[in-house]
Parts: sequence; structure tokens; C-alpha cells
Amino acid sequence: MTLPVLSTRDLTVELAVDGKWFPAVNRVSFDLAPGESLGIVGETGCGKTLLACALIHLLPEGARVSGTLRSGEEDLSHLTEKEWTRLRGGRIAMVFQEPAAALDPVMTIGAQILESVRRHRGATGASARAFARELLAEVSFPDPDRGLSEYPHRLSGGLKQRALLAVALAGDPAVLIADEPTTALDATVSADVLELLDRLRRERGLALLLITHDLASVARHTDRTLVLYAGSVVEERPTGDLFGAPMHPYTRGLLECLPRLGAATSSRLPVIAGAVPDLASRPAGVCSFAPRCPDRFEPCDLSEPPLFPLAAGVARCFLYEGARSTPSTRGTGDGA
Amino acid sequence: MSAALDLLRVEEIRKSYPVRRGAFGAARGRLRAVDGVSLHVASGETLGLVGESGSGKTTTGRLIARLEEPESGRIWFDGEDWLALSGEALRRRRRDLQVVFQDPQTSLNPRMTAGDQVAEPLRVQAIVPRQQVRSRVAELLAEVGLSPESASRFPSEFSGGQRQRIAIARALATRPRLVICDEPVASLDVSVAAQVVNLLLDLRERSGLSYLFVSHDLATVERISDRVAVMYLGRIVEEGPTAEVTSRPLHPYTAALLSAVPSAGPVPARARVVLPGEPPSAADPPHGCSFHPRCPIARPRCREETPPLSPFTSSRTAACFYPGELAP
Repeated sequence: MTLPVLSTRDLTVELAVDGKWFPAVNRVSFDLAPGESLGIVGETGCGKTLLACALIHLLPEGARVSGTLRSGEEDLSHLTEKEWTRLRGGRIAMVFQEPAAALDPVMTIGAQILESVRRHRGATGASARAFARELLAEVSFPDPDRGLSEYPHRLSGGLKQRALLAVALAGDPAVLIADEPTTALDATVSADVLELLDRLRRERGLALLLITHDLASVARHTDRTLVLYAGSVVEERPTGDLFGAPMHPYTRGLLECLPRLGAATSSRLPVIAGAVPDLASRPAGVCSFAPRCPDRFEPCDLSEPPLFPLAAGVARCFLYEGARSTPSTRGTGDGA
Repeated sequence: MSAALDLLRVEEIRKSYPVRRGAFGAARGRLRAVDGVSLHVASGETLGLVGESGSGKTTTGRLIARLEEPESGRIWFDGEDWLALSGEALRRRRRDLQVVFQDPQTSLNPRMTAGDQVAEPLRVQAIVPRQQVRSRVAELLAEVGLSPESASRFPSEFSGGQRQRIAIARALATRPRLVICDEPVASLDVSVAAQVVNLLLDLRERSGLSYLFVSHDLATVERISDRVAVMYLGRIVEEGPTAEVTSRPLHPYTAALLSAVPSAGPVPARARVVLPGEPPSAADPPHGCSFHPRCPIARPRCREETPPLSPFTSSRTAACFYPGELAP
């Protein structure tokens, strides 16, 4: 079997609140195979953006990281800043929510792609320019020749995101980390960008890590889905299984409260009671979702559930204790 | 016309902005943000106003709230010529028409407690005697699901969903007849958005108010609106009872919007109507039907003439020469 292009074990990011450390990302483990697409979903405060930052070593000051991070054979946990600069935008590329903020407003699109081509490919001059033009064509930028000399403010949100993808592709990445790539875009435009990501995956064998609060885009564009709640993985399964029959009560609640077309006017949406607890007031040593859970029973308040193995995937809920006889071999958050 | 029954009646309002080259450049044309919009909302009814960014839906809401002034057109509110009001008369009548904005982070004053923000309209409009303000604030906070203790806390101490509840309580303080909700749940998480949508439904049921619900999200609009109007490039392209519009759209743009509504269900969403090209700019709208360059069923006539918004059935209108031809 080929090695994962990105792999974490017990990846933890702690933040200090009033002098005490709390895990905002709590022992997250996953593997991303070449060409595969993994969706990481969760609501505000679940730790998904901090996780994305930890994966590319761009954490805010004062954050404490532990656990392992690997890409192929390389252990990334102890890389120097210089080595990270080479890796970021090279083998590991990323696009963010706000393309306007990620592009340099005083540089043409062409200059920004060329900079990436020079840094990661060492190419300059006419050949680099031809290559940049090819990249714009690959992301279906209309009129790539003109696109090279455009400034970001002249482009729509969808075109900015395409330009940013061209910059990301210049380093010939093996994995693309996309953090809320379509949140700032209109529905019709966002569907186009997600379909472009699908095509890049097929044509380039690019692995995609799609980090978002948008369940629908994960449902349609990923192979596997990982659900985060209060910093921990609560469910990870093949995408079709998870959206077809969610197992963890949190996942089920999230899917139920999503408005769908065809509902009767004035009918109330199902809701999840309460709110996500603050980092410093999360229940420790018990199930963190228990206070909001409709299925809460005795074990939930006695200890923290590990990730129980299912027929395919895992769920952090005592409802599935013994669902499959063999224990999970992966980081289960119970110290194994 | 049922003008007598309408709480709000908007006729052909227009608003345009100068487009400049650079920060100090000369105007080189005008962006027609709202280009002849007409709509009506009956008492107790909710109209959904749907469109993507740049469609003019937010500007339409702002013109009706008179946060900006339309260049032409007429607005009737509660039988009164709304645009003829000014000064003290307008200020007094504003109690009946309130607005809830998208982002409670910016619509609330960070240095005022939740209680003071809800009390402000009560004091300004002299709705209740001074000594009753506090108890009325507590009532309003309870109506939106907040505890009386929250009155003494500042916006930063609340979550996004709670902040939106404060903004709603403030809008309700004057017992308005119409609330314009501009993307009220767009910046909230799904589980929180569901709670706020339910709250808006409960409030309407309890007090019989009307909403103009401005949103890009058709699935949410469908749940809350009796009728829906779809905007594209400053104009309404289709309008009708919600269930009919979402199940059998008349305008090809509505069909495309519906097909782009993401579905997280196990069943794949309907086949997507892919719109070729980029959304055009309202500063340089295409000749003829403004949707024709992206329309999958455009014919030569669509390049020449602008289709007017005309009746299709007694309750539905569409601005298309070939209504209903493109099914989602």
C-alpha cells in the first residue's frame, strides 16, 4: 500500500486560557491517501481552522502542538521553518476562504503565479510564463492570456479563487488543503469551484483535504468524512455511509437541522439543544457532547468514550460499544 | 389591485451609483443596483427576496427601510406615502418598520449592554413609561430566549446566535408591523441558524408581524416565506407562491439557482443547470434580457428585447419570453 500523503496521530493543539492549557484540537488522527478526498466538518469552535493551521505549521503565537504529522516517509513534526517554507505551497498547497485576502492586490495574477513557479520549479523567463498560462487554462480561467495581466480587484470572487488555485498548482502539490474554499462565494459559483477541485483530483491525482462547515459540499465532493466536535473527532466514515445513516448523535443532529428544499412553509427545523461549550468550560473525563445529547445514558457521564470501530469507520459514542468485536488500532483518544 | 390590503407596496423603485475609475476618477457610468423593482407584502405575510451577490436584494431592503433614498418610484406603507414622510413624522413611523441585519457583530454597539441596546428604541420612541422600561426589556429578552441576567452583559460576552437574538429583541421592541431581515442567519452555524429561523417563525406566529426576508439561501427562504421574489441584476425576474416557485420555476435563472442548492442527503441533488460565463456587472448590463448571455435556452429575441415581468397565472409572474421551459 502507498503511504498516505498526509497523516496525523494524536495531533493536539493547546491554547492557554488564564494560564491553564486547554486542547482546542484534541488527539486528532487521520490518513489521507494519494488522490483521496477527506472532508473535515464542524461548527464554529470545533477546532477545524486550528487543525488546518497545524497541518501547515502556521499556528498562532502561544499555541502548543503535540502528536505526529507525516507526509509520505517524511516526519514533519520536527521540520525547521526553512524546510516548512519549501513544503508549504510545494508538496502541500492550500487555499483559504477569502481569496481576496490571499492574493496580493498590487501584483498581477501572472506575477503571483510566476513567483510560485520560480520558487517551487526554479523556472524563469518565457518558459515560466508559458507554464503560468497553462496553469490558468487548467483551472478554466476564461482568456488565460489576458488573465495573466489582470489585477485581483478586477476579478470576481470565483475567478479570484481560480487564480489562487493556479498559484497553488504551480508547486505541483500532492495534497491540497482547502479551508472553507467556497464560503465567500455564491451558490452557483461555489458549485463550479467544487467541480473544478473534483477534476483536478481526477486529472492530477491530487489528494484533497476539504475543511468546512458546509455539510453539503462535503457530502458531494469527498470520499470520507471526519466530524469534529469541541476539538475531538466524533465520527469518521465513508462519506456515503455517514450522510446516509449518521451514527454519532451530534452528526445526526447536524444533518437534521440543515434546511432542505421541499419542506413545508412555517415548519420548524429540528435543533440541537444548547450551544458548543467554551474551550475552558468543556466537560473533562466525560463525553463532551453529553449535555446536549438526546441519547444520553449512564456511561456518558462516567468516562470519555473512545472511538469505537464500526463496520467501516469509527464513532465516539457509547451507543456503539462492541459494535464490532476487534478494537480500533488507530488513535482512540483513550491513551492507547 | 389589492393595495388596500397590502401592508407594504413598492412600485418601480430605482437606485443607481456612479462608477468611477480609481478613487478620484470621473464617473464613467452608473451601476443600476435596483432597476425598477415592484413588490408587495400583505399584513402577516412573509415575502422572501432571493438573489446572489450583486442582485440588488440588500439595496432593495435598504431603500424600503429608507436607509437610502430611491431615485424614483413609490413606496406605500400601511396606507401611507412612505417616501413623503420626513423628519419627525418619519422617525415616529419607523417604529412600525424595523431591520435585522446579517452580522450582529457589527450591528450591535460593543460598548452598550444588551439591556441598554434593547431599551434604546423604547426610550427614543417613548413606547413605555420610563419606570416600565426595565421590565419591558426583560420581557423582550425572554421572547427571544435570553435570560433576564443577559441584560447587564456586553455583546462580546455572547455567542453569534445569542447576539442575533439581541438584535431581534431590539427590532421587536417597538412592536413593528414589518421587519426586514437581511440575511439574518447567513453568518451563523447550521445548528444555531436553525434555532434563529425557528425563533423568527415563533415570533411571527405570536405577534402576526410581516417579514421581508432577504437571503441567498433558497432552502431557508422556502421554509419561512409565503411568497418568493427572485432578483437578478437589479430586477425581479420571477415572483409567486413559494411552493410553486421552488417546485416548478418559470425563469431559467430560478431553475439554475434551485439546482445549485446543495443537498447533504444520501440522495444526490437534482442535475445541476450549469450557467456558462461569469455573472455580468450591473454597471454594464447586457442588452436585451440581462440573463441571456448565461441562459441555456436563450434565443435571438432575448438579445434584442427585454422581457417585462408579466403574469403567468393569477398568482405568478416571470420576466422571460419562454417561461417554464427549463425545468430543474
